[in-house]
Amino acid sequence: MKIRGRAIVYGDKIDTDVIIPAKYLVYTDPAVLGQHAMEPLDPEFPKKAKGAILVAGRAFGMGSSREQAAIALKGAGVLAVVAESFARIFFRNAINVGLPVLQVPGITKKVREGDTLEVDLEGGYCHNLSTGEKVEGKSITGLPLAILKSGGLLNYLKQVTI
Amino acid sequence: MPTWTEYIFSKKLGKAPAPGEVVEVAPDLVGFHDLTGYHVLEVLESMGKVEVFDRDRVVVAFDHLSPPPTQRAAEIMVYIRKHVKSLGLPHFYDVGGGILHQIILEKYAMPEQVVFAADSHTNTAGAVGAFAQGLGATDIAATLKLGKTWLVVPTPFRIDVEGRFLRGVMGKDVALHLLGQFGAEGFSGFSVEVYVRNPGSFPMDDRATVANMSTEMGADALMFIPDEVTVDYLQRERGSSYKPPQLEPGRYVDRYAVELDRLEPLVAAPHSVDNVKAVREVEGVEVDQVFIGSCTNGRLSDIEAAARILKRGRVKSRCIAIPASYDVFRKAMELGYVDVLTKAGCVVTYGTCGPCLGGHFGVAGPGEVVVTTSNRNFKGRVGHPDSKVYLANPATAAATALEGKIVDPRPYLS
Repeated sequence: MKIRGRAIVYGDKIDTDVIIPAKYLVYTDPAVLGQHAMEPLDPEFPKKAKGAILVAGRAFGMGSSREQAAIALKGAGVLAVVAESFARIFFRNAINVGLPVLQVPGITKKVREGDTLEVDLEGGYCHNLSTGEKVEGKSITGLPLAILKSGGLLNYLKQVTI
Repeated sequence: MPTWTEYIFSKKLGKAPAPGEVVEVAPDLVGFHDLTGYHVLEVLESMGKVEVFDRDRVVVAFDHLSPPPTQRAAEIMVYIRKHVKSLGLPHFYDVGGGILHQIILEKYAMPEQVVFAADSHTNTAGAVGAFAQGLGATDIAATLKLGKTWLVVPTPFRIDVEGRFLRGVMGKDVALHLLGQFGAEGFSGFSVEVYVRNPGSFPMDDRATVANMSTEMGADALMFIPDEVTVDYLQRERGSSYKPPQLEPGRYVDRYAVELDRLEPLVAAPHSVDNVKAVREVEGVEVDQVFIGSCTNGRLSDIEAAARILKRGRVKSRCIAIPASYDVFRKAMELGYVDVLTKAGCVVTYGTCGPCLGGHFGVAGPGEVVVTTSNRNFKGRVGHPDSKVYLANPATAAATALEGKIVDPRPYLS
């Protein structure tokens, strides 16, 4: 599974309260949540998120179990998240809602805002097409890949149980 | 010679899986609350039919936006109640019952169990030696339907707790010490197993605080190895006759010793849980509001620690105190703590998460400084993005409320 898009870059420890503040957790609609994604950190985010690949530092998605964090990013139009490391629950949630995620240590030093990236999940790398550099990460295989290919856990379960 | 993690998974799976292995596990308990529960049920509806694998293994509690502060929050509760009723779920705690994690700890979780709930602080049940993890709404929906889910087996990490708590030092300071040493996400991929050298020196309430905040450390789980304190707790609270297995400690990739006698009261300063400092380093910071409560520090000994200090006078900053469950509140009332807190000028209620997540009952305004016994101080967590949140133990929080500025609680406990 390969995804191509334009990079938006953030730092370390982007937590779930920043990705989507608790006051919006009474909604699950991706379009509504997308309008408020990253609001405390970057109110302009929803305007630039469509077709973007979000690049971040360590512990992306740390904090709460709110699945709305992954839904909000997807709802805002983010195509994939590439981070140096992810919090466990966010990583699962992203896969479950069909938002591709890839762990690539050192990625924030190799990408600048606006670079064009190609993310290869099975290959486990992020190719910076603007600089030509390929950065190796941890490939997505097995069940998580199958869930992502189905578009999320809900679709996956429909396919395997029917 | 298994680790506790290996022991639990061996019992579940018939063989000990290797760290990193993906396994399917059938949980003993599954839980959700109002703010994740409606989402779980929406996902179950889109799967075709709202059904659960075993009604007796499902615990539901309204805690996050409870009692509902908005029409939307009330709508969510109406929706969940409808499903709880049609599913006939027996373990349902409506408004006023308590915080989900406290209820699971008080009434349900047992050592050696596997517990999943739709909230990140599910780890709290590790206080009694359960392998407990938070999951997202879709994961919990699938788990409720199928009676199983998958997980990546974490790597066991051993912590030895030595010595005894000094005055004014609590379980919260152990959690903050570990966050200071290992960082947020420092235990990512690990199940932390805690051995207490002098079991009686580390009561259950303090264990629950440490297990709870292992979420902030990124731990997959944190479990206190069951000992005489666990046995006494389960006997007293549940009438259980649980006996821990006699296991030789297993092999760990790494270990760390916490020396209680060397700890002092700590805080996590804004805006990161691992921005840990001694209270004395931030003394004098003026404070607008103090919150004593949450799944981290809303238990009886927490309320007791606050009452011991607040009996000295009236608070100078706004103070909100919320025992984590109805049972904790009743006991705090019988012991006179509620009276002390109320006389000191605290606003007291029970069984809700309150301002912890910036939901209601004391949301922070712009520029305000909050000292809270809860678990997160992220930007905007307790309300306005320009508020500043310090995490502290209940004694520090109470002394701070009394003075209207951050102070070391130790002089107030002599």
